[in-house]
Amino acid sequence: MRSLTRPEEVTLTINNEPREVIIYPGETLLYTLRGDALGLTGAKPGCENGDCGACTVLIDNIPTKSCLMLTVEVEDHSITTVEGLKHAPIQEAFLSQSAFQCGYCTSGFLMVGHALSLQGAADQGRLVEWLRSNICRCTSYQEICDAVQSVVRSEVE
Amino acid sequence: MTIIGTSVRRKEASSKVTGRARYTNDMNVPGTWHALFVPARQAHAKIVGIHTADARKVAGVQTILTAGDLAPLLTGDVTEDRPPLAKDKVRYWGEPVALIVARDESAAQKAASLIKVRYRPLAVVNSIQDALKANAPLVHDNIGSYTVATPPASPRKHSNIADEANMIKGDPDRFLKKCSVRVKVQVSLPQIDHAAIEPRIAKAEILPDGRVLIQASTQSPFEVQKQVAKYFKLNPGQIIVQVPLVGGAFGGKAAIQLELLAYLASRAVGGHTVKLVNTREADMATSPVGMGMEAEVELGATQDGMIQAAQMRFYMDIGAYTDSAPRIARAIAAQCTGPYNIEHLHTDVFSVYTNHTYTTAFRGFGHMPMTFAVERAIDELAKALDQDPLRLREQNALAPGHLTPTKARLTRSNLGHLPLCIEQMRRVIRWNQAAVEPIDAHRVRATGVAAFWKTSSSPPNAISGAITLMNSDGSVNLNIGAVEFGPATKTTAAQILAEQLRIPIDQVFVHEDVNTAVDPEHWKTVASLSTYMVGRAVMDAADDMVRQLKSIAAAILRCSPDDLDYGGEKIFVRDDPTIALRYQDLALGYKYPEGDSIGGQIMGRGRFMIRHLNLLDQQTGHGRPGPAWTVGVQAVEVEYHRITHQYRILKAATVLDAGQVINPKAAAGQVMGGMNMGLGIASREAVHYDAQGQFLSNQFRSYRVMRVGEQAEQYLVEFVETPQVDSPFGARPLGEHGVLAIGAALANALSRAANIPLNVLPLTPEVIWRAKGGKAYGAL
Ligand code: FES
Ligand code: FES
Repeated sequence: MRSLTRPEEVTLTINNEPREVIIYPGETLLYTLRGDALGLTGAKPGCENGDCGACTVLIDNIPTKSCLMLTVEVEDHSITTVEGLKHAPIQEAFLSQSAFQCGYCTSGFLMVGHALSLQGAADQGRLVEWLRSNICRCTSYQEICDAVQSVVRSEVE
Repeated sequence: MTIIGTSVRRKEASSKVTGRARYTNDMNVPGTWHALFVPARQAHAKIVGIHTADARKVAGVQTILTAGDLAPLLTGDVTEDRPPLAKDKVRYWGEPVALIVARDESAAQKAASLIKVRYRPLAVVNSIQDALKANAPLVHDNIGSYTVATPPASPRKHSNIADEANMIKGDPDRFLKKCSVRVKVQVSLPQIDHAAIEPRIAKAEILPDGRVLIQASTQSPFEVQKQVAKYFKLNPGQIIVQVPLVGGAFGGKAAIQLELLAYLASRAVGGHTVKLVNTREADMATSPVGMGMEAEVELGATQDGMIQAAQMRFYMDIGAYTDSAPRIARAIAAQCTGPYNIEHLHTDVFSVYTNHTYTTAFRGFGHMPMTFAVERAIDELAKALDQDPLRLREQNALAPGHLTPTKARLTRSNLGHLPLCIEQMRRVIRWNQAAVEPIDAHRVRATGVAAFWKTSSSPPNAISGAITLMNSDGSVNLNIGAVEFGPATKTTAAQILAEQLRIPIDQVFVHEDVNTAVDPEHWKTVASLSTYMVGRAVMDAADDMVRQLKSIAAAILRCSPDDLDYGGEKIFVRDDPTIALRYQDLALGYKYPEGDSIGGQIMGRGRFMIRHLNLLDQQTGHGRPGPAWTVGVQAVEVEYHRITHQYRILKAATVLDAGQVINPKAAAGQVMGGMNMGLGIASREAVHYDAQGQFLSNQFRSYRVMRVGEQAEQYLVEFVETPQVDSPFGARPLGEHGVLAIGAALANALSRAANIPLNVLPLTPEVIWRAKGGKAYGAL
């Protein structure tokens, strides 16, 4: 039986790399990612209850709010954070559409957009549905939707 | 001009799309201790006792502070009325009552759960109406005793009126009576939250030599420095405030709150580094929100639609503490006519204490709710006159030579050109004279318009500065005191520097963070003023560098500095550009072929101080509140369902006089984002309190902001460019303005579509249904 309170070492697959970290069983994935050991601060706390999406990462390529997930739940899954995007088309699209201002929501939106682009074709309804999970207080969303649309469409073509 | 007017990429863009942009909470020193406050769970109550003994026993807890542990201290931007920790009584639900410092977050949380506060509830002042009743319970028992640190403010003794600002021009009573057409509109707007996605945070550390290091997500690092010094009797130079990138601000991070608590926490534990970060719930309920408002606007006009006189009363729900309310009140009073010429005017603005969360600046500094009231009235006037609402606005537009309500004289340069904006708007939205067009049996389409103006309401001694240092390759480092929280402030400054030094934009490096120990003072990053103030300082610094480059080049080239010109990263002889020195040859001093050297590093100093402003006279309200105004017009097209009262926002448009647009894409983005925020505020956002004054909307599931799919289907932005001659390249402020009149335009559209005046925000289907009489759906 695993302890419910004692720290333990787990191996996580983050951005295609195995990483050993010591965690508390009650720790959220957001907390683990941002902690000193991993230092992946691209995922941001904005509400820590699933409302804002600033903490979004991909678990097996599905956008997931890392504030709602315990680290122990994702041991056998593949985690992608914004730091793991290497010249992904969504990043270029965000740059060319100016799809951010303060940038605090950006990692989260990038991850949703990236996941959508991996899904191949997505219609407008799907795009809206996926992007509704996140909040941006600075932009008009038009820029973000245009950026995401551009990478989703390029998958179709 | 090669760089001004082009959409250069913001300097921190690549960091922001790679997760590498660092905000305050992304840089934590290992070993940092955690501070956590215990919020009040009463809106108005005497504190009978605070039991901390159990909490102190929690392993890892370092200390627990309550007001009793502190020397008496009242803080405030204008009137000093707010203790950092509630003393004797709590005045709003969420007010910090105790402050815990622990080794880690979980210990702090555990301790918080063990602190027991005993309250004796008092009658709650839960609305502006409650506050103004005869014999109303008082939020502050003795407001006469408070110090007004930054006048003016006129608290009314033994009342809930924290301040009253008045404005009188001409003879409104007489002229209003003479008007053949009069309309009166009463509006009601709830408090709203800034809802920046980065919650507020502050860290503090006190070094053994007495220096205080504060790192925070604030718009006002230099103000934090001054206030911490003042409240805790330190020298400002001892206090170093550092601000990394900020994740959205909207005025909410101009107020100073967590910084004081973080300092107190650190001081209580021997100066150890302490971090205090808001949860979302605390960020909404404990840290200041945006004011609510009730207002009454009466306009009188001639039969042909010339507005003659107006009478206005604004009551602001400022919550439990004053913060910047008196300054906002004066901003409202100063611009209360909207961008229209009204000769006879009487306006009163009351800042009303309630047992709600206290309030501070919100994007637009009071102009958004004020504009809502005025523009609703203008639209009702258009209806009463049966006039085209754009035409009515055009014919009453302020023009050069007119006087503002505060009797400041308007020029084309300081006013801009509203009629041109209106003209352009007709084309942008294919104006149909506000006709309501049926789509099918139940649905109609309608367009509403509204106009705005705004100036900065900055203090008359606001300053800014720039320091520039040339690197050995001729590139330049730019240091300014303005914080980057989204509007590309630093990039704009870099563009101005590059343009002025005639170097490529990527030869300018900006410091993303602000540090009061090394950056020149910049008043506050507020009021959309940075382009103007920082920009002027940057130009001054660039000129300083050019002077230095020329003087050293003149010595080397054996000519007068007047013979020299510059460009292409070179200083050259004007009539023979082949005789030239590269910036990089001069950057760190020039080395002669013989090996000896002259000069030194090229470094520019730039300064700017706002001029010709003054505080408004307390009796008449006259004075000059800002260097210039930005005017514009906004429109919203809706598709409205007459039975369900649901609607879709088809188009939202802004035409704004931007002077010279420095960065078209960034400018359009600012305005579009502003419209989206303004539409969210007008259509769904509201802070709700229950009957006991409990703050009910402290999460994004209860405080609903716009999400994807709810925004306007199309955002349209165009600029008119009437230069503001004393601003860098003629640019005008535009950061806040997208938000200002868009809510009014939405209400005007829906009022036409629903054929009933809609004066209450947010405009949910339910609110419209109520306005329509709140009857059952009948046929449905
Ligand atoms: S922080 Fe995870 S959804 Fe907001
Ligand atoms: S860019 Fe600031 S919240 Fe989205």
